[in-house]
Formats: sequence, structure tokens, C-alpha cells
Amino acid sequence: MIVELGHFALILALCVAVVQTVVPLAGAHLRRPGWMALGEPAAVIQVLLIGFSFAALTYAFVVSDFSLRLVVANSHTMKPMIYKISGVWGNHEGSLLLWALILALFGACVAFFGGNLPPTLRARVIGVQGSIGVAFLLFMLLTSNPFLRLEVPPFNGQDLNPLLQDPGLAFHPPFLYLGYVGLSVAFSFAVAALIEGRVDAAWGRWVRPWTLAAWIFLTIGIALGSWWAYYELGWGGFWFWDPVENASFMPWLLAAALLHSAIVVEKREALKAWTILLAILAFGFSLIGTFIVRSGVLTSVHAFANDPERGVFILLILGIFMGGALTLFALRAGVMEAKGIFAPVSRESALVANNLILAVSCFVVFVGTIWPLVAEMLWGQTLSVGEPFFNAAFTPFMVVLALILPVGALMPWKRGRIGGALRPLWPAGVLAVALMALAFALQTGGSALGPVGLALGAWVVFGAITEIWTRSGRGALAGRFGRLTRLPRGDWGKMVAHAGFGVTVFACSAMIAWQTEDIRTVNIGETFTMRGYDITLAAVDRVEGPNYLSTMATMIVERDNAPVAILMPEKRVYPVANMPTTEAAIDYGIWRDLYLVIGDAQQNGSWAVRSYHKPFANWIWGGAILMALGGAISLADRRFRVAAGARRRSNAVAAE
Amino acid sequence: MRRILLPLALAGFLAGPALAVQPDEILDDPALEARAREISRDLRCLVCRNENIDDSDAGLARDLRLLVRERLLEGDSNREVVDFIVDRYGEYVLLNPRREGMNLLLWLAGPAMLILGGGVSLVYIRRRRTDATLPDTPLSPEEQKRLDQILDR
Repeated sequence: MIVELGHFALILALCVAVVQTVVPLAGAHLRRPGWMALGEPAAVIQVLLIGFSFAALTYAFVVSDFSLRLVVANSHTMKPMIYKISGVWGNHEGSLLLWALILALFGACVAFFGGNLPPTLRARVIGVQGSIGVAFLLFMLLTSNPFLRLEVPPFNGQDLNPLLQDPGLAFHPPFLYLGYVGLSVAFSFAVAALIEGRVDAAWGRWVRPWTLAAWIFLTIGIALGSWWAYYELGWGGFWFWDPVENASFMPWLLAAALLHSAIVVEKREALKAWTILLAILAFGFSLIGTFIVRSGVLTSVHAFANDPERGVFILLILGIFMGGALTLFALRAGVMEAKGIFAPVSRESALVANNLILAVSCFVVFVGTIWPLVAEMLWGQTLSVGEPFFNAAFTPFMVVLALILPVGALMPWKRGRIGGALRPLWPAGVLAVALMALAFALQTGGSALGPVGLALGAWVVFGAITEIWTRSGRGALAGRFGRLTRLPRGDWGKMVAHAGFGVTVFACSAMIAWQTEDIRTVNIGETFTMRGYDITLAAVDRVEGPNYLSTMATMIVERDNAPVAILMPEKRVYPVANMPTTEAAIDYGIWRDLYLVIGDAQQNGSWAVRSYHKPFANWIWGGAILMALGGAISLADRRFRVAAGARRRSNAVAAE
Repeated sequence: MRRILLPLALAGFLAGPALAVQPDEILDDPALEARAREISRDLRCLVCRNENIDDSDAGLARDLRLLVRERLLEGDSNREVVDFIVDRYGEYVLLNPRREGMNLLLWLAGPAMLILGGGVSLVYIRRRRTDATLPDTPLSPEEQKRLDQILDR
């Protein structure tokens, strides 16, 4: 019964979404305040309906209602409760429902926080947001309904893909969707502004917090996914340039570009057309990502639905929204004349360079991702484009970005001098070069990757610190520290996020350049040495988990006869899904991770063991967390809150 | 093609995992082994989804790893080993597409876009400087009122 109600609520939500699209848009066109005002309650009702629908599906998973096809395919009574719940979105239909829920949630947030927007703009934003809802709800109800019943329910389910039964991956999709779908708000703002025929500084300010929020969620989502790959896939890689990873990375790059160009719109009323285009394209890449993951045209580790019909439907959605928005853009490009004037050497130009690099690097990822498809369709050649290509073609852009970032961040608006921006940076530069020389001297082997990565990372981090220090003005130290604490949060956010980028740049290159791998067979009781650590394979046991069988090794790690850790790497088999997984055991440390994997039993009774020493591994995700944190600090800036200030009371309601 | 690959991949999984590079595969000569690893990082495991044969658990990946080492022991150069495998498995096996023929388009797409975008940006930046004909239009009284309101004045 609850399931039927959920199904019904979903259909009702579609009807409400149609109303939410048509009435406010028509109202804004005909200048009818009543019609425009209808968008707000419609958005709220829609989120309530889809929320109920989602709760109903969750309920079906929690009580293991095996009359539901989706639950049979993705759940099992023996599964731990947390994975019963995360199983709701661990599949195509359920994740689509989550997508629709988040979409509606953002729509409702615009309704709540948008009190300060001009009524026509607000009505249009809510209307466009509603139209995206219509498309996805239709998609769900027509091709991927999560509420389909089975005539004869089986006794038990087929279990969730064991790889997905993991805390990291349980929360990876929701964050990614928050990011993907958050970009829909930027898209709606862009389309609404195009319909309105007006893009000004205020628009730049309104669109920034939404983009920033989406970007923060994307950052967290991507970092979670990468961390999961690191500890789960069994050899400690953290990024594979897999089509699905690229699908989330492309919108991230464009969202980062959009964040920066919207600043130029807000502060200087320039780059308007480009910013609108970026807002459209960023969401476009979210849709392309959805298409890549769900159509199965590009095979990848985690594509879950390989259904051509669904692929065609998503392409249709993509075509309608991108085609429509870009046509509108072409028609209205004339109204977006830039007002601000700036010299070739200025903050504006630096941000143009930032946008150029981010957008072109996104383009490189895009071309690399779809190239196998293009080659197969146009000249019938099956080929692969993998990690080596992306490492070679993408990395140079990040190097240039890291090089110019500190200079651009110090550049004044309107007119600056390169020398003027470089002068305060010389200590950072000297420090970076010194560290590079030190790394070259200390490392064995001649690879430049580690030292150069260290120099770039240090340059960006110390550059960010320099930047905020110069903001404290002149005079006595105490006064400068005092002024530092009174700087707007936006400045601190900028500093933290930029430093986070530097940390990630450094950590990625350091880990790749300086890691040690050791593969060998070990007898029980035998000790081997890796990078100064003595590792003893003490025992290998068979252990029974709640829904899996495990081969668990006990390995004792010592250094200079002092105990470091006892690690228990596992090899699991999930009988229901008939799938093995490796569970690496990791001793996390600030300076290094020790990463142990147990392999197969050998014929003579020994075991294959793989061990890795991975320097600065945690810094990769630490940098990502810093980036997200910097975004969050900026989001808390007063300048954004005054834009929503008129509706403080409603905010409290929304926070519930 | 992919219709065949997927069941194959599943079959590979069910046969039980043989973890990536196995201890018994490793060559005694560290220099040769390093070359083998370098080569296998650029070779795709044909039955997997976007994994190189070094990281893959599939049986076919193991066969390919052994084949690479066999060729190296025979005295082949890196290029010869790769050619040997491409002759048998097609270009699909290369994770790093060759810089020739139509693939040049792939390799040049990024730099070309950078030059194009860079050119457009330069023109834009120069125009922003010389567009001094546009006076800074003052706000209308209405807009000024709105601005004050937003800034809490």
C-alpha cells in the first residue's frame, strides 16, 4: 500500500512539475503576479511529493518487500541495514529518484532563498527548474519506474553489487547528485536571465552561491569516489580516467570556471555572455555524465544500466535542454554587452586565463572520453583511450594553472603590473624552488614528477598564504594579525580553497612518483622488509561475515622492533552475487600509508602478498577537503547572505 | 563486440580472482621487469572495463602479462612487444592511442582548442581595453535605491 502511494505521489509530482513550469513562465511573460507566485508553492509541493515517494521506496528496501522488482534485484534479507538503505540509490531507478528529489529540493530552495530576486526572474528560474523536473520524472515513469511489482515475489533478493556495499560508496552518489543537480540551478538562472534579457552584476551575485554549493558537493563526491577506489580496488590507485569518473570531473572543471567568471560579472560586469554559456554548458556536462553512466555506450567500471532505450531518452533530454538554451543564447547574445573596462594585465585578464585553461582542459577530457565512440562511428575503428593519454594531455593544463594561480590571485582589478603582483610572491617562489632542489637531492632515481609536483604545490600553497597576508595591509605585526581576523570570509575561503588545490597537486605527483610496490609470496610466520618496515604474515583465517565469506590475513607491522600496526587484509566472496572483492588493510599516516593486500594461496602453502608504501596519500583527499572547506567558508560570506537577507525567517524553515 | 566482452568479463570474475601481477610472473632481471611493467601499463585488459593488464584480475590479462615477459626475454624491444600484441589483438588493446592517422585529431584537439580559445580571449581582452568609447553608465535612481536596499543601507 505504501509503495502504491509512493508511486502515486511520483505521478502527482509530475503533474505539479508541469504546473510549476507552465504557470510561472506564462505569468512572467504576461506580467501576472498571481501566476508568477504559484511557482513557489508548486516547488514546495513537488519536493514533498517526491520526498514521500523516496521514503516509500526506502521503506520497501528496509522491510525487504520482495514483491518489488527493484528490491529483488538489489537487496537481500541478510544485508546490513545501512546497505539496505544505500541500496535505494545503488541502482539506476532508485538513483534517478534521488536525482529527481534533489532537483526538486533545489527548486524549493530557490523558492525559499530567492525572496530578494525580482519576481519575474524568480518565477522564471522556478519555471525552468520545473521543466527539468518534468523531463526527469517523465524519464523515470516511462522507462525506469522504481515501483514496478512482481506477480510472484521470490523468497529472497539478488543482493546489491558487493563493491557498492561500502560506507564510502554509500554516500558517494548522493554528494555527486547534489553537485550535478546543483548546477541545474545555475542553468535555470542562465536561461531565466536570457528570457529576461538582462544580465547584470546582481545576477552574478545571485548565481554564485548556487554554483559554489554545487561545486562543493561535486568536490566532496569526487573525493569520496576516489578515496573509495583507493582502498577498495586493491592496488591503491586513486584516479583511473574512467569514463564515469570523467563524467563527474568535466562538470567540476566547468563549475570551477563558472565560479570564477561569475566573480567578474559581479564585480566588473564583464564576461557576461561567456558566464551564461558556462552555466549552460556546466549543466550540459552533468547531463552528458548522466548519459554516459546510464546508457552504457562507454563501458566502464561502474555503469549500472546498459539500456539503449534509456540512453536515447537521456540524449533527447540533453538535446532539448542544450539545444533550447543555446538557441536562446544565440538569439540574446546581443543584450549581454560588457560594461567594465580593464587593461590586458589585470585580475580580469587573469580570470579569463583561468577560464580558458579550465574550459580547454575540460574539452580535452571530453574529447578523450568520447573518442572511442567517435572512432567507431565515423571510421569503424575500435580503440581505447585510457590513463596514459589523459596523463599526457591533461596534466600540462594543471601545471600552467598552478603556475599562474598565485600571480592572478594577487593581481588588482582593472589594471595591474606583473612585477607588482610578483614582488610579494618572491619568498613563496624561493621556497618552492628550494623544496624542489631538496627533493631532487633526496630522491633516488631521476624522475622529475615528484620534485616538480612539490614545487608547484608549494608555490600555490605559499602563494595563497602570501595573498591573504598582503590583504592585512601594512604596519605592526599585531595590527596585521588583527586585520587578518576581520577579513571577509570570502577572502579566507579563497585562500583555503587555493591552498587545497596546491596540496592536491603536490600529493598526486608525490604519491605517483615516490610510492614503493612489493609483490612476493610469504609463508605463514615469515617476515619481509619493505621501506624499513618489517611485515610478518602471522596467520590466515577463514571468517564468516554477515553476507560474505572472508579469507582474512593477520599481518604484524614493526619498525625497528617497535610495533606499528596489526593489519588484516581480506579477500571476500559474496555468495549471493557470486562475486569476490579484495579488502586492502591500510595503516593511515600523515606522511605515508602502508597498504597491504592478501592474494591467493600458492601451491606450497605460502600466500601471495602485495604491499605498498604510499607517501602523502591522505594529502590528496585532504586537499580536496580543503577545497570544499574553502568553498563552504566563502558560502558563509555576508555578501551572499544579504542577497537572501529579506527571507531570513523562511531560511529557518528550509533548514529543518 | 561489447556484447561478447561483458559475459567474458563476468566469466573471468567467476573463475576466481587472480590478483593483478602475481609473484610467480615477476622476472628475475629487475631491468626487464621494470620494462614489462612500463609496457603493461599501456595495455588494456580486453575483457575488463578500462583496466590495464597490470591492475586486472582477469585470466586473459595474466596471459598478456606473461606474453609481454616472454617477448622481452626473447630480446624484443618495447616497441616490438607492443607491435606483436597489437598485431594479434588490434588497436583496442592500446590505452595510449598511437599518434598517427586520425588519432592525431585526438592528440591535437586540446592544443588546437587552446590556441583558438587563447586567440579569442586575447581579442576580447584587447577590446575591453580600447572600448573606451563606452562611458561608465551611472545607475538609474531606481537601480541605486535597489542597490542601497541590497547593501542594507
